[in-house]
Amino acid sequence: MIKIQNLHKSYKMGNSSLHVLKGINFNVEEGELVAIMGSSGSGKSTLLNILGMLDNADEGDYILDNVPIKNLNETKAAKYRNQFLGFVFQSFNLINYKTALENVSLPLYYQGVSRKERQESALNYLEKVGLKDWATHLPSELSGGQKQRVAIARAMASQPKVLLADEPTGALDTKTSYEVMELIQQINEEGKTILVVTHELDIAKMCKRVVTLKDGVIVKDEKIDQILASKHV
Amino acid sequence: MNSLKVLFDRDTWQEIFGSISKNKTRTVITVIGVLWGIFIYIALSGAAKGLDNGFERQFENIAMNSMFIWAQRTSIPYEGFKIGRRIDLKITDIEKLKQRVPEIQYIAPRNAKGVFGGAAPTVTRNNKSSNYNVYGDYPVYTKIATKKIYEKGRFINDEDIRLNRKVCVIGERTQKELFKKDEEPVGQYVRIDNIYFQVIGVHKYVPGGGFESDGDIFIPFTTFRKLYNTGNNVDWFTIAAFDDVDVVAVEKEIKQTLKKIHTVAPEDERAIGGFNLGEVFNKIVGFSKGMTLLSLIVGIATIIAGVIGIGNILLISVKERTKELGVRRALGATPSEVRNQIVLESVFLTTIAGIMGIVLGALVLFGINMFTQDMTDFPYTNPTVPIPFVLSALFIMVFLGTLIGLIPAQRAVSIKPIDALREE
Repeated sequence: MIKIQNLHKSYKMGNSSLHVLKGINFNVEEGELVAIMGSSGSGKSTLLNILGMLDNADEGDYILDNVPIKNLNETKAAKYRNQFLGFVFQSFNLINYKTALENVSLPLYYQGVSRKERQESALNYLEKVGLKDWATHLPSELSGGQKQRVAIARAMASQPKVLLADEPTGALDTKTSYEVMELIQQINEEGKTILVVTHELDIAKMCKRVVTLKDGVIVKDEKIDQILASKHV
Repeated sequence: MNSLKVLFDRDTWQEIFGSISKNKTRTVITVIGVLWGIFIYIALSGAAKGLDNGFERQFENIAMNSMFIWAQRTSIPYEGFKIGRRIDLKITDIEKLKQRVPEIQYIAPRNAKGVFGGAAPTVTRNNKSSNYNVYGDYPVYTKIATKKIYEKGRFINDEDIRLNRKVCVIGERTQKELFKKDEEPVGQYVRIDNIYFQVIGVHKYVPGGGFESDGDIFIPFTTFRKLYNTGNNVDWFTIAAFDDVDVVAVEKEIKQTLKKIHTVAPEDERAIGGFNLGEVFNKIVGFSKGMTLLSLIVGIATIIAGVIGIGNILLISVKERTKELGVRRALGATPSEVRNQIVLESVFLTTIAGIMGIVLGALVLFGINMFTQDMTDFPYTNPTVPIPFVLSALFIMVFLGTLIGLIPAQRAVSIKPIDALREE
């Protein structure tokens, strides 16, 4: 599903340049649930941004579902993002003046799906995350865990190939974190490829594979025995 | 083609309406700026038009390019005549004037009793009597100054002149004072200085027509001449020039011609007097044109200020919404979709504000019109703004709204989605 070869990325900081990714090689098969771990500054967020086409690599190849991702202009990147990727952010990033339902149907709007289908589909995904009854509520009326579940429903709505989650539990307490992880595991069980960036070990252990980054290189890449989040809840 | 589809897509408007209605304070402040601009524009240009109409109404019963010419005493000795000689205009001057000044369209000699000094004649009917100004007129006078005659009546005609008929047209006040309320004056007789005259009409008094009043009595010029033994003398000429001539030049030419006829020094400024209504009117027209232009400039400048205000506020709002726009782009909004949304928000706000301003301005104009309707001496009538003005104002607003909306829109798409998302 994802093929990355010799990926380099550096940021210019005034006169000096900061080499963040120093040759990353890794592949992700369909249906995997991968945790990308590392301390802050290890380059894990940069990697996720490049995977999410929010940022460009300086060097190296990135192939997503057999489509080489290279030299994209903004319009094309937007199309690919919409088509291939679902984003889940640490700070949820819901649009605060839109209801849960409207938030979930937004990616479908940009896909050009008709209004009625959009509503139906969005309601479906809300039901999947257990928030059907909250469809007409604004994000400010939801708890943190509920917000993240709406965000996951939104990320799923466009039926992406890959779900990218950047510290999805970073702003949540432990109990809610496990609830969100349970949802992510459940989606993964249905066959979705998911990448989770985290620096929490217990969250990483709930994935099927852990990739550890340190100073811009992968230092460890191992398959693990998944701990089911439902056991903690 | 594609952008047109966006324009008529219900979802597009849903998005725009959503973002506008969820940011109420911002929307209201934005709208007020442009609303005020277009309101000023409409109110000012409507008021200028009202003033224009008002002046026109003040002069509607007299030809715009007319003048009055009369004779006085000379101020310069000439050809053996002493200074201070009294000049009398003659009825025979008319033919000579017409020959030598081809710009004259109509010329009406007038004699009057009681207007410029001298006692007004006593007019009696049965046991009622009062004093009214009496004018000796030719029918041509109505070509220069319209006389509205009430039904059943008429003004003096050529036959009256030819036969020196003792007929008269009386004023509204004269009728009120000499006749009973339901009495029909036409056909009745009144005595003017002890001579019986038959009433042939009652004229409606229109204010603003100079020194005339609602009690004036008009009789045939030839009858007047016999009655008061004025011979060929004429008190003054009322002259109308053709529409497209320079009235000031015509006045000069007429005066010079009269000076020549009456052997007056060409440089004698006092001997022939005149009042040029056309000149006055031209000044007023110039004034109201200036007013219209001024209101146009002020109005458009205010609209521009308002639209710039919209751009300003949208710029701030784009900054506020950086993160939202970043999220939208992460979810698959293309830069052009983001740009379209911001521009359409701008255009939508401008248009709504514009329409509200137009309605408000029209209401104010309507109010002023209601208020000033009964004030006949206040030159303000039917303040309207021509539809092309309104439409062009709307067009300017949409155009400027688009233009100004492009600035924040460009700003919105120039931020990379990753930077937008990072912003807290």
